[in-house]
Amino acid sequence: MSTLPDLRYSDVEDALRASVRDLLADRCPWSAVLRRCETSEPYDMDLWRRLAGGLGCAGLLVPERYGGAGASAREVAVVLEELGRAVAPVPFLGSAVLATSALLACGAGDGADDCLGPLAAGERTAALAVPFATPPGAPFPASVHAEGDRLTGRVVGVVDAVVADLLVVPATGADGPGLYVVEVGGSAVAVTLRTSLDLTRPIADVTLDGAAARRVAGPESAAAALDAALVAGAALLASEQLGVAEQCLETTVGYVKTRYQFGRPIGGFQAVKHRLADLWAAVTSARSAARYAAACLATADPDVRVATAVAQAHCSEVAVTAAEECVQLHGGIGFTWEHPAHLYLKRAKACEIALGSPDRHRAALAALVDLPAATP
Amino acid sequence: MPVTATTSVPDAERLRALVRDFLATHDPRERLRFLRARFDAGLAWVHYPEGLGGLGLPRALQSVVDEEFAAAGAPDNAPRRNLIGLGMVAPTILRFGTEEQKRRFLRPLWTGEEAWCQLFSEPGAGSDLAVLATRAVRDGDDWVVTGQKVWTSRAHEADWAILLARTDPDVPKHRGLTYFLCDMHSPGVVVRPLRQATGEAEFNEVFLNRVRIPDAHRLGAVGDGWRVAQTTLMNERIAIGGGAAPRETGALGVVARTWRERPELRTPGLHDELLRLWVAWEVNRLTNERIRQQLANGQPGPEGSAVKLAFARLNQRVTGLELTLLAGEGLAYDDWTMRRPAGVDFTQRSPGYRYLRAKGNSIEGGTSEILRNIIAERVLGLPPEPRTDKDVPWKDLPR
Ligand SMILES: Cc1cc2nc3c(=O)[nH]c(=O)nc-3n(C[C@H](O)[C@H](O)[C@H](O)COP(=O)(O)OP(=O)(O)OC[C@H]3O[C@@H](n4cnc5c(N)ncnc54)[C@H](O)[C@@H]3O)c2cc1C
Repeated sequence: MSTLPDLRYSDVEDALRASVRDLLADRCPWSAVLRRCETSEPYDMDLWRRLAGGLGCAGLLVPERYGGAGASAREVAVVLEELGRAVAPVPFLGSAVLATSALLACGAGDGADDCLGPLAAGERTAALAVPFATPPGAPFPASVHAEGDRLTGRVVGVVDAVVADLLVVPATGADGPGLYVVEVGGSAVAVTLRTSLDLTRPIADVTLDGAAARRVAGPESAAAALDAALVAGAALLASEQLGVAEQCLETTVGYVKTRYQFGRPIGGFQAVKHRLADLWAAVTSARSAARYAAACLATADPDVRVATAVAQAHCSEVAVTAAEECVQLHGGIGFTWEHPAHLYLKRAKACEIALGSPDRHRAALAALVDLPAATP
Repeated sequence: MPVTATTSVPDAERLRALVRDFLATHDPRERLRFLRARFDAGLAWVHYPEGLGGLGLPRALQSVVDEEFAAAGAPDNAPRRNLIGLGMVAPTILRFGTEEQKRRFLRPLWTGEEAWCQLFSEPGAGSDLAVLATRAVRDGDDWVVTGQKVWTSRAHEADWAILLARTDPDVPKHRGLTYFLCDMHSPGVVVRPLRQATGEAEFNEVFLNRVRIPDAHRLGAVGDGWRVAQTTLMNERIAIGGGAAPRETGALGVVARTWRERPELRTPGLHDELLRLWVAWEVNRLTNERIRQQLANGQPGPEGSAVKLAFARLNQRVTGLELTLLAGEGLAYDDWTMRRPAGVDFTQRSPGYRYLRAKGNSIEGGTSEILRNIIAERVLGLPPEPRTDKDVPWKDLPR
């Protein structure tokens, strides 16, 4: 008989959730998120410092010997649920998950270690310079070229790059692929904010023109380190999607109880009740998928790739459905700029595309569980 | 181990030792004697009280016991054949039964010596169960029951039934019901097979013609039957087994195997559908396990409805996919002979059987529509369905 890991939340996780939720309730109401997203500063870096350094969230994945909290992917997942619920404009996924996981996977000795302390402390912020849509298992990118310790090339659509102090860049040199750390600043590195679908977590383009870089993983480990980061990102993004879905469901349920039409709360009509019941069941199941992916990641379980593909294929669609239902069941209000529903819709759709679409994850799964495609 | 968060390791270890001692001193080849002894040792359902098959331990520890017995190849109590008894009747008797009833019924129920069925639904009362018309009239120390029940699974094999009957027609429908334990061998009980879409008869019509039930076999107070029945129905909806099912079980496992073995059948559209269902099936498995872990103590909540709702839909889609995949072969059926099957089997019969039988999943144990109402009202707190009959005496209701 197969035994599954504990899919519940531990007391430690509950306590962490409570403090993150308090902080977000205090500093990150959706009205503030909405106001900010049209300014030239889409990220709330003050909130980020409190979350990253103050609460220690940026260092959850980082072992204590590098100055981190030595926690696990399970705790990171809980933080992401809360950030998703608030569509919080902070570079947690890009810095504390993607870039940090890449650096951790480089292994000791190659110089990645020195970056980890400041990242864990929330003093510095990093981004992984790959297009946000890159799925785990993607071929090593060829867009940046390394000549000695100089990088040249362009990467489009990088998440959280616009506020990064460091970039972790996959690049290919004469001896093959490598992972490099580049300091942002100076004329050889340009990070340009794009007008993005997701207003609360915009993407940016990175252009490197002979930028000074430090290699932290060579040909023997770079591809694996990059892939480990993409797996971690995809596995944990499911928890953010869960948070998005959960908040959309709660908001909608709250609304349909108070909105009267035809002399009754619209939530009393069975057509509405049944859709929300289905949505609740979907969110319930998304929680199982997300928890399992986080648990597998936390213990480096051999099932982590299957768990990740399942979680991404499932939670992406649940989050998008939840956001779409939220807009629809709010009626006209749900379609206005002043209501937060669109922020969630944009985040949910962007998350669906990020780190591999559901279809790509199902294709990956087909190979993992031996259900091959039709041969023409 | 799935149990670590709520149970202390010493408990699990002590329990494991207890099971091993038991196995060392009892012969598993003497099936019935072995099962009775297991019950008496408190190793039947460990969360039940001592003397009633349990040890008063957290429910989560049941998996420890089940694992140990299964690993030793010990005989089980045929849990699949005894779903109604184990899953629904036992928790209801435990909660509402008198000390005497608990001692009389739980042991032979658990060992499988006495099989149970559920006499709830009637021709005029399905989703609206509380409108039922079977009458029970007090006569001395007995009740005299007359009426007709329908869709009663396994009534032909049952020794006992849980029975919901109307004891007071003059009050609104929910208040006039009483819950009984009915001996299926009593005079006046007539069971007739009811053939279903699959060609066989799992369920029956049951006619109750002046059946005498001693008052000692009433479960709960007179007029309190609806509340008692809620415990049964809640437990019915929770499809939670002793342990986690492995990946790719049931109908999904069958179709996945066919896919692997028969490349010539594959098409791109079915591939996509198969992967979607594989994911959803796996996620439902994880949800089942997560709810099981959560409910390690206490009564099931309405969350079980989510799993049942999803399972019904998934099983229907999976079995439909299998038939389509098999193309011409799917046009064949294994056997239309009217039979009385030992149980529902989603892996051994033909694909056509699986497809047809799955249609019952969204009807039996509460329809999917009713489950959605329950989730919407009890979990999400949305306004209840309009109840025009709430304060009307049952006898004045249009039926
Ligand atoms: C295989 C099988 C085994 C069964 N075994 C047993 C058993 O052992 N014992 C037992 O007592 N019963 C048993 N049943 C009966 C089962 O519980 C009922 O069939 C079920 O509750 C539905 O009742 P009904 O058949 O009267 O349908 P109805 O209640 O007439 O429903 C017909 C349709 O209307 C819909 N509907 C009804 N009310 C509403 C509403 N308020 N809102 C929206 N839609 C609504 C239903 O969802 C359904 O689609 C079994 C049924 C099956 C199929």
